[in-house]
Amino acid sequence: MAAVIRVRKSLSGPLGTRILLLLGAAILIVLVGPRIVSEGPSFFLQILTYGFADGAIYALVALGYTMVYGIIELINFAHGDVFTMGAVVSMPVMGAFGLAEGNAFGLSVGLTLVAVFFIVMFLTGVLNIFIERVAYRPLRNAPRLAPLITAVGVSFILEGIMVLWIGNSTVHYPDLLPDTRIPIGGTASIGTKDILVIIVAVILVVALTTFVNGTKLGKAMRATAQDREAAQLMGIDINRTIAATFFIGAALAGAGGIVFGLYYNSINFQLGFSAGLFEFTAAVFGGIGNIQGAALGGLFIGLVRAFSNGYLRAEWTDVWIFAILILVLVFRPTGLLGMRVPEK
Amino acid sequence: MRERSRALSAWIGRRAHERNSVIYAALIVAALFFPTIAANLTGDPSPMISEAASAGVFVLLAIGLNVVVGFAGLLDLGYAAFFAIGAYTAGMLASGQLGASPLQHEIHIPFWIVLFLAMFFAASFGALLGAPTLRLRGDYLAIVTLGFGEIVPRVFRNMGFGSPLGNWTSGINGINALDQPTLPFWFVGPWVNQAFGVVKDFEFNYDPVAYYALMVILVFICVILVNNLQRSRMGRAWMAVREDEVAAAAMGVNTVTTKLLAFGIGAAFSGFAGAYYGTKLSLVGPDAFSFVVSVTVLVMVVLGGMGNIPGVMVGSLLIYYILYIFLPNLPDYASNLAQTVGLGFLNQPNYQHGWPGLSAEVQLLPFLFFGVILVSIMLLRPQGLIPSRSRAEELRRRSTDEQPITAVAETTAH
Repeated sequence: MAAVIRVRKSLSGPLGTRILLLLGAAILIVLVGPRIVSEGPSFFLQILTYGFADGAIYALVALGYTMVYGIIELINFAHGDVFTMGAVVSMPVMGAFGLAEGNAFGLSVGLTLVAVFFIVMFLTGVLNIFIERVAYRPLRNAPRLAPLITAVGVSFILEGIMVLWIGNSTVHYPDLLPDTRIPIGGTASIGTKDILVIIVAVILVVALTTFVNGTKLGKAMRATAQDREAAQLMGIDINRTIAATFFIGAALAGAGGIVFGLYYNSINFQLGFSAGLFEFTAAVFGGIGNIQGAALGGLFIGLVRAFSNGYLRAEWTDVWIFAILILVLVFRPTGLLGMRVPEK
Repeated sequence: MRERSRALSAWIGRRAHERNSVIYAALIVAALFFPTIAANLTGDPSPMISEAASAGVFVLLAIGLNVVVGFAGLLDLGYAAFFAIGAYTAGMLASGQLGASPLQHEIHIPFWIVLFLAMFFAASFGALLGAPTLRLRGDYLAIVTLGFGEIVPRVFRNMGFGSPLGNWTSGINGINALDQPTLPFWFVGPWVNQAFGVVKDFEFNYDPVAYYALMVILVFICVILVNNLQRSRMGRAWMAVREDEVAAAAMGVNTVTTKLLAFGIGAAFSGFAGAYYGTKLSLVGPDAFSFVVSVTVLVMVVLGGMGNIPGVMVGSLLIYYILYIFLPNLPDYASNLAQTVGLGFLNQPNYQHGWPGLSAEVQLLPFLFFGVILVSIMLLRPQGLIPSRSRAEELRRRSTDEQPITAVAETTAH
């Protein structure tokens, strides 16, 4: 037993991190290194921009996972589908505002797009509050398996709704942004889409961090995450705080959905399932419950995807990401920046 | 008063026991007479019997997952991975598949040994995955198993023709023409419309009745096994860990080994079922083991009643019927119904209004259906249809007991 405890301590301590880093470095050097050298620097730069743009979207959605886990310790499997829902809902909203493919991109289109962002973020936020009210709140004191199972159920319900809405095939998403590319050295270039995605993500992450650290509601969220019962005794309305967390998380996911649609121009109803798993991996990688960690983790997952797709075989990318998920959980369950939630 | 409550609890205990016996008896009778009934209902009973044998695969899976989720309280969301490992074990070790692999040698191991090998491989992978992760908090295990469940089918799909390591699994096409099981002798029974007798060197040869009989025997053995496990020292340890891990550890239960055993035994069942499934279908492809399969088995366990074996069996048969027989036929039912009640125009696709026709629309329903079942069971009847008594008690007590803070707040406010 003592030996088990010793192994356990050393695995989750610095040694675990070291093993993980060594493993990562070894894989990188052996598998990717020679390809990076042979493909040249401008290809590397190109892959890097793809990775950053992709990672920015993952970061947006990973924030919702990490916030919800931080506050009620629930892996919200439905979150990935809320993300897809954001993309699906935004299409009719755009239609209502008269945004259509082929409009010349200008100030008016940009401002309308901002309005669409806010409306869709509000809608997905309300949807998530509703989900929390119906499927998670009644089970808050039930055994932990119960809300986890309903979360899987809600995920299927959302997918079911979307499959009835947009059908079970891939749907074209309006291409509203200009396709101009700016050269950044060699043959590599960065598109306006990449820049937009990164800007939106940075704005939202910074806004969220200031909100959580600077406002009264943010303080209530942190207090509830630390100790729900003590927070309640201090007069914090727990239900309202949790609902607010779900709202914010879903609003970010909704924004992520629009950004995804604008970036890739095609969506399908099952997008959220695998994307949700990647984003959860990002949250775990950064240290679940930790906002900066989730952003960093999202970026990391984006880079891993870009590098694997660019330098290795694309069909193995998902395998690498899930393998990273398992390895991180095994060797460093607290993630890169450490968990904010203590183990209860 | 106390005496009365004790008598009451004893009565409930007896009744619950009787209830389970009644269900077991009903299941055995139904299993024995099903082929005869099927033969009398339809001209060609083979499809129905074959379907029943496939349903048995899910009964096995549900019994196995019940050990993990119901007994030990661990959430396994990648159960299909072990199912896949079992099926691919059978596919690779009992067919001509490996002749085309870098090994250049076909391997043909008899089915009966393959069953145990599949069990062994699945359990080993379960132990390999569980050993480092079972120390973590419960929902992390769910994530690790989920990740594993996503990795395994992808690896099998990618290990086909053109992979860096050569062709092992035939990729997306899957492995076909698996060896059929043979028996040195076999009774032909009265229930297949034949005279009673003995056949020597019996070959299964895709005969649904033979597969059905084998499945009934396998399920029978497994139920006895799991029942004994539940009542054993290990079963009590599982329950203790499920209820309160810290208390169990303080009482001297080695929680890691206990959980690992539950996880490994669950995986073994899945591997077992996988080998049977692959051999019966004579086709093993990567698409048969997706996340949906893991969730299906989980729904079966939760719906039937976590921790209660007869409940889980009934739940799995019910869900199997709904998912694989009722829902696939639902489009036909719906369009026939629409025709008879005079809404026949619904059956015509109207692409201008985005209406693909009733039957096409109904085909999209299973996702919604699945989700609604899961959520409504957990909200309305979290203990399942035929609950295990202790599990039901636990679920009921937790939701009423654990609100001391509000109570305190209210009393101090007055």
